[in-house]
Amino acid sequence: VVDVLIIGGGNAALCAALMAREAGASVLLLESSPRVWRGGNSVHTRNLRCMHDAPQDVLTEAYPEEEFWQDLLKVTGGQTTESMARRVIRESATCRTWMQKHGVRFQPSLSGTLHLSRTNAFFMGGGKALVNAYYRSAEQLGVQIRYDSPVTRLELKDEKFVAAVLESKDASGAIVQERLTAKTCIVASGGFESNIAWQREAWGQNEFGEWPTDNFAIRGTRYNMGVLLKDLMAQGADTTGDPTQSHCVAIDARAPLYDGGIVTRVDCVSLGIMVNKDAQRFYDEGEDFWPKRYAIWGRLVAQQRGQLGYSIIDAKAVGRFMPPVFKGVQADTLQDLAKQLGLDEAALLKTVADYNAACRAGTFNHAVLDDCHTEGLTPAKTHWALPVDTAPFYGYALKPGITFTYLGMKVGENTAIRFGGVESPNLFAAGEIMAGNVLGKGYTAGVGMTIGTVFGRAAGVEAARAAMKVAA
Amino acid sequence: MSTTALNQLISNVLSGTETEVARQMQICNACRYCESYCAVFPAMTRRLDFTKDDIHYLANLCHNCGACYHACQYAPPHEFAVNVPQAMAKVRVQTYADYAWPPALGALYKRNGLAVSMALATGLALFLLLAVLSKGSLWHAPLAGNFYAIFPHNLLVGLFGSVFGFSVLALCVGVGRFWRAQRPTVDLKANKPLAQKIIAGAASKLVASAKLEATHDALTLKYLGGGHGEGCNNADDAWTQWRKRFHHFTMYGFALCFASTSVATLYHYLLSLKAPYAFGSLPVVLGILGGIGLLIGPAGLFWLKTQRHPQHGDVAQNPMDYGFIALLFFTSLTGLALMWWRDTGAMALLLAVHLGVVMALFLTVPYGKMAHGFYRCAALLKFAIEKRLPTNLKLTAD
Repeated sequence: VVDVLIIGGGNAALCAALMAREAGASVLLLESSPRVWRGGNSVHTRNLRCMHDAPQDVLTEAYPEEEFWQDLLKVTGGQTTESMARRVIRESATCRTWMQKHGVRFQPSLSGTLHLSRTNAFFMGGGKALVNAYYRSAEQLGVQIRYDSPVTRLELKDEKFVAAVLESKDASGAIVQERLTAKTCIVASGGFESNIAWQREAWGQNEFGEWPTDNFAIRGTRYNMGVLLKDLMAQGADTTGDPTQSHCVAIDARAPLYDGGIVTRVDCVSLGIMVNKDAQRFYDEGEDFWPKRYAIWGRLVAQQRGQLGYSIIDAKAVGRFMPPVFKGVQADTLQDLAKQLGLDEAALLKTVADYNAACRAGTFNHAVLDDCHTEGLTPAKTHWALPVDTAPFYGYALKPGITFTYLGMKVGENTAIRFGGVESPNLFAAGEIMAGNVLGKGYTAGVGMTIGTVFGRAAGVEAARAAMKVAA
Repeated sequence: MSTTALNQLISNVLSGTETEVARQMQICNACRYCESYCAVFPAMTRRLDFTKDDIHYLANLCHNCGACYHACQYAPPHEFAVNVPQAMAKVRVQTYADYAWPPALGALYKRNGLAVSMALATGLALFLLLAVLSKGSLWHAPLAGNFYAIFPHNLLVGLFGSVFGFSVLALCVGVGRFWRAQRPTVDLKANKPLAQKIIAGAASKLVASAKLEATHDALTLKYLGGGHGEGCNNADDAWTQWRKRFHHFTMYGFALCFASTSVATLYHYLLSLKAPYAFGSLPVVLGILGGIGLLIGPAGLFWLKTQRHPQHGDVAQNPMDYGFIALLFFTSLTGLALMWWRDTGAMALLLAVHLGVVMALFLTVPYGKMAHGFYRCAALLKFAIEKRLPTNLKLTAD
């Protein structure tokens, strides 16, 4: 019987596995995906948010605890647990040495992400390189790893973990059940964002009679089906987070259903105008800097008919934003652009003409909240409002993309899963499945990886300790 | 449309492999996670679209270290199917063929294993035949290592001098054409102060420091260091320094052998010191040291290549790679054997075989794997210059 059974194969699961193994426990890690898709959403990440009081290797200036805490407070609107949040923040200052020991390497902030050079330490090669390094280190330390091993349910006795039940297919394709017992268990199996049926249920139908989620893409892994989340809820585990909420951004409508990752984002919204299927504007494109606003556009687009938005820019914007993965529709006239995008020509021409007429010329500067704005237009564009008047014109159709869900296990600092307020002695949660305790809503770059790292490590230590207690 | 314009248009159309690089670069440019691994990605971020020349440049900047493939969230089986090292390798060999001079000989890259074999057969046949013609037999009484008793000095100088001269010329023309195809990514019209500086020659300092950096990066194989300096990939996602080390053995071993021959040439003409040289002499010491490097290096590279991850690079180029590795290895092996047994009756045979291999190596310099070093150096220099120039893009915080 292994000491620690880890369900999941992303960042938090690996951090837990490494810490438990370092503490002397025997560890078995079950990744539901095949080896090539291992790592869950972690393979799409690129950095973690780190507190630091002075410049550190790849991090510039300082990012003190209080500022980090205020940022978290702001984005969550207070939906956080201060003690847990502060633990995340404090450990973020020191955990990178441990990460480096296990093969993670860091790099300066990427070109086009200078605004993160102070707050976020970037993984060299991105999240998949981090995941690869952790798997290599785990193998070297003797962590047993099994791929293609989806756990379908947990066997509990009161609050105590007894066994995990695996379902896999044998050579003939028949479903084989396997029951794995362990002294302790850490659930680090992510959220439920990949489960389209569940998303559909959560979002429901809109006033147009549409099921909005039918037009959504999942930005990350296809393996976060929320199977254990559902199982634990059915067995009475305490939860946190709004089940109908998810981190939702506007991405290129041509993005694949799963694993589109970072490249499907389109960063030109604030440089032009955004219209819906009726060629009408519906929100202030220049409200704030794009990194602070990109996450609201998913929901804004989701509320439009057909769940589509069209970002329209002109030649002046070219070279001012991160190049998107798919080339935009290009046209020499707005009529032609409308035709190519499938929009009503007259309506688009009027929208652009109204907008152009409302633009008040100022000094354009995309690096600050400049004074180029509209007057007498609803909705207004409050910054970077330059007329859309220089051919060629470009258009990008955008649809909502789900990054992660907020629903998870209610836990405290020791990460023990609770049933009616009673902590389990040997069942713990780590990563996205408990991140809602710190990040009840909203998001700020790199904080998911920080939570996963800190509480993955914490869960590994707690589980190893609990296993030793059983042995003694 | 004029014929020139039409030719220009045709030559700008991307080939299948070039289109694939352009497609992948569009994806990479939206991601940029691999920026610290090597020079390819910083060079990429200076561009929004990728012309034929850009693609040739990036392909030759790529060292095929494998780091970005293992780190890629979009690598197969992802539908984006990004495998930059492989896409670059396929274009790279095409650039060697396209820029080769005379152009007709670029076709030798199509079946490079065969080309190297033919060169080897030709070289061996030539010198074995010459040896037999000279002595009537391949076996002879010991000659105390006097090579010129078999092949007159002037014959060797004439043969190797002309082949070597032609090869250097062909390579220079090819690399020169590659170099001139590269457009600067800085808009000199829009950037008057810089344009004036360059015209006034004040930018020569910039170019000088770029040359220094490119030389350093080539001689240290910086971009087989994985960005963190801990090595690149070979069999899997773990890093190894051995690719770099064996390449160093090979390159510096070759350089020492070349130095040995150069010193011997100087001895001959300037000091009138004629071969054979004693074991402790400079040409022999350089030759033996270089020869040892040129045994260890290619043997190591061969072994690593047999362990190489199947998705790295382009397996269709294996005959070219193995052919080159084998030529280098046998150049050294036959050279050392000749050195060891030069006082015996087997000298003529050993000498003929060694010269045959060396001749094959020289013949294929501009039409084999050897060319990679020269195109790579040109690309590294271009990168070192380019990174010192301001960019055309006006990216603000994304």
